[in-house]
Amino acid sequence: MEAEVLIIGGGATGTGIARDLALRGIPSLLVEKGDINSGASGRNHGLLHSGARYVANDPGSARECMEEGTILRQTAPQCIDRCGGLFVAIKGDGENYVADFPNLCMGAGIVATAISPEEAKEMEPLLSRDLIAAFRVNDGAIDPFMLSLENMAHARALGAQILSHTRVVAFDRENHTIRRVWLERTNTGERFSMEPRQIINATGAWAGKVAALAGSTTHVLFSKGTLLVTQSRMTQGVINRLRPPSDADILVPGGTVSILGTTSVRVDDPDTIRPSVAETDLIVQQGAKMIPILETTRYIRAYSGVRPLVSQDWETDDDRKVSRGFVLLDHESDGLDNFTTITGGKLTTFRLMAEKTVDLVAARVGNKAACTTKTELLPTTLDGKWTEPGIAPSVWFAKPAGKKDRIVCECEMISASTIDTIAQTLEQNNETPDLLTIGRRSRLGKGPCQGAFCSTRVLAHMYNKKTLTSPDGIDDIKAFLDERWKGQQAIFWGDQLVQAELTEAMHCGLFDLELAKPRRAHP
Amino acid sequence: MIINTPDPAASETISPETVGLKTIKTDLTIIGAGMTGMAAALFATNRKISTTLVGHHSAMNFASGIMDLMGVHPPGRQHDNPWKAIDQVRRDLPDHPFSKIGNSIIEGSLEELSEFLKDKLAYQRSRGKNVTIVTSVGTLKKTYMIPQTMWNGVTALEQKAPTLIIDFFGMKLFSARQIATSLEHQWPGIRSKTVEFPRSELLEELHPEHVARSLDLLTNRIELADRIRPFVGDAQYIGLPALVGMYRSAEAVAELQRCLERPIFEIPTPPISVPGIRLQEAMINGLEADENFHSHSTMATGIIEVPGRGFVTTIKGNNGNQTIESKTVLLATGRFLGKGLVASRMGIKEALMNLHVEQPESRQEWHRASLFDPKGHPVNRAGIRTDSKFRPLNILGGAVMDNLYAAGSILAGSDWMRMKCGSGVAVATALAAVRAIKGGNGYKMRPCFI
Repeated sequence: MEAEVLIIGGGATGTGIARDLALRGIPSLLVEKGDINSGASGRNHGLLHSGARYVANDPGSARECMEEGTILRQTAPQCIDRCGGLFVAIKGDGENYVADFPNLCMGAGIVATAISPEEAKEMEPLLSRDLIAAFRVNDGAIDPFMLSLENMAHARALGAQILSHTRVVAFDRENHTIRRVWLERTNTGERFSMEPRQIINATGAWAGKVAALAGSTTHVLFSKGTLLVTQSRMTQGVINRLRPPSDADILVPGGTVSILGTTSVRVDDPDTIRPSVAETDLIVQQGAKMIPILETTRYIRAYSGVRPLVSQDWETDDDRKVSRGFVLLDHESDGLDNFTTITGGKLTTFRLMAEKTVDLVAARVGNKAACTTKTELLPTTLDGKWTEPGIAPSVWFAKPAGKKDRIVCECEMISASTIDTIAQTLEQNNETPDLLTIGRRSRLGKGPCQGAFCSTRVLAHMYNKKTLTSPDGIDDIKAFLDERWKGQQAIFWGDQLVQAELTEAMHCGLFDLELAKPRRAHP
Repeated sequence: MIINTPDPAASETISPETVGLKTIKTDLTIIGAGMTGMAAALFATNRKISTTLVGHHSAMNFASGIMDLMGVHPPGRQHDNPWKAIDQVRRDLPDHPFSKIGNSIIEGSLEELSEFLKDKLAYQRSRGKNVTIVTSVGTLKKTYMIPQTMWNGVTALEQKAPTLIIDFFGMKLFSARQIATSLEHQWPGIRSKTVEFPRSELLEELHPEHVARSLDLLTNRIELADRIRPFVGDAQYIGLPALVGMYRSAEAVAELQRCLERPIFEIPTPPISVPGIRLQEAMINGLEADENFHSHSTMATGIIEVPGRGFVTTIKGNNGNQTIESKTVLLATGRFLGKGLVASRMGIKEALMNLHVEQPESRQEWHRASLFDPKGHPVNRAGIRTDSKFRPLNILGGAVMDNLYAAGSILAGSDWMRMKCGSGVAVATALAAVRAIKGGNGYKMRPCFI
């Protein structure tokens, strides 16, 4: 396997880099130890920041967000819900912050329009009656899965390669250069090596671990953020609490649901994080101050992501005070001339992070082409399409009269032929079309039933279609349901606990899946 | 979804007492029309106790219709002999409902139930031995008492006989190919075929109840057999999804066997479960023949104790609320799905009377990290603690009231999904409670500490 540049990490940054390199004519291979967006890129609010959140603490980030948001709205409109947003203060919130906010926004070039609490309530009827101030801002919602899948699809169309489920295990270093990179397929344990000219470490929270393999010490802080998903969409636009960034002060629409969060908890290991009951309680209580119905609404999922924060000031006790700006390291001080680390930052600024990284790497390989991602439109392909709520049902409704196509995921209205299309795309990309992978490419299992029924229907369909011809289906359904379970454990109360009982009654009570011996070892 | 259609063969008249707004008087009110409530109603009417059953007649839509007795204990250890498993449970888990009752009550309850169902919806068991059946996802499951129409599957599997599994185009929760593919490495003679269900050519999808009802009709059975026949070949057994008839499943299976000259068996499906609906209909229709039995397919909304009148249960009637007065109440309201227990962020409560619920100290401990953790989830052992007569206990450990009883899955100490003891606990504790009610000392008041 040969490539000029090896990119490690398949999140928003890594896939953005793959596309940027490809647009400049530099061949690359991207390796990802899990699947696209397995890390923080797939575990965030999906918020396209106006920048206003950072105006007080981090004006540099605020301006970056504003500029990048404008670019993404023009170049990747298919990934963005231009829903707008509000900053709202409620009784008891600091009045000085409210008073300073418009000037701070103006200073960063961010448009924030003051409206009355009554106007705000008219726009978003579920807002608290205790509103004391409100501003309209240009927030948006972004589908991070579609974004990364489309970036990668475009990169591939231009010649880039990708290997998911592949991790770096060692670098062979010779003087100032990494000559050889050892890789391992996580599914099979198979090892192989390659000799790229340049290596880009875009592994987010794992950047320190990967850099350590190259003999460099890069300090990355891990800040866990937990988010809750409501059963239905609560608001038209983004709702931000007008106060210094704190817990559970943003609610972002995500298609048919809303996402409430986050917390910020320092953790030691990015691999073992999960939402805690204490965090979910805190999020519900805090969120309900902006939107009271959040206390009683049904939540269908909770998840945690790890923000990679690179700090100069290790003594800070509040991770929110660490800059959300990104860090680009050329590792020359480590005596390396072909290794680059990009980490920190946030989803909204991924394109800029990719641009700056590729500028550095392109110079190293003598490529003088200019970056075009500021203006080049991101093409729409099939790869990213199915992550968008509403696409699968609209395709089903539009089928020709007389054509039979059964709905297999009744919560998200995904039909059997959509599953077939996704499975085909995966097979064409040399990936295994199992339930987990199909789930990452679509809304499968993301509705209220959280996979209890659709997993069974899709599996039955895949056997009937001969997409599955081995007895591995039992392992697949267990892995899929367990993944769904992990995302709900902290929000099992009310109706979602009833749902959990039904899931367990069916899959353990009737099918005895907990007693089924695994046929293959899952990584 | 229509599931309350009465058996066309059974004629019934509605007695004037049960219509209108006046108060209904009865000896025993049973709240909950799932397995526990229906079994308790049977045991009570068999003992001449006038009984009113309150609960939606759709309670069994999610029940598989197969009856576990005791299959797994300690976690992960499967048993062929349920009685040995029960002995072990009694030694290890003093809070398990089976630790409060003897084997004679457990076996007696199953026998009394089977006897009642014999000519309505026959069930079969191999006394003292769990049997193994095939499920619709292709796993093998040990259970105890199963519908007669599933029994040939036990034999086919034991013998690993050449067997053909059939499904129909348009089914969504059942794949014959999945079953065969999942099992062929241990059962080489198993194979599958998908056929078009009679008169379903224009349907986009096939609904389980539609199939089941169609096969109550002779012509459809014959037509289906004609469609299966070309694929039978060397198969000695034929397995079908458990949709062969709604009210006449025994007759439908016998007819297919006659046409195809092979033993037929049914394979349980995920909900909506036709065998669960059959069981509900067979029980309710069978019980309604008894003049001591009355049934209201609705929810109870409250129970209070009124001095001198006993328990007053409020139910949602067609024309507003109705009340039932009874000396005794048996709670068979189930767990979260049955709405007997309600969970909020703050804790678990009993829904009707706010009885004390034994539960883990904090929500953090309700569930384990993995759904399939063999130890099971502590929340599933939460529930109502009772004395040896199945009367709920308050937080201090005393019986809440003399004439209030609880049975079935709402009881604490039993994780039915993991121990495979759901129906066993439901039916046996129903009998234990009814015997306590029958042997009770009449109506006495006690101060109530909730």
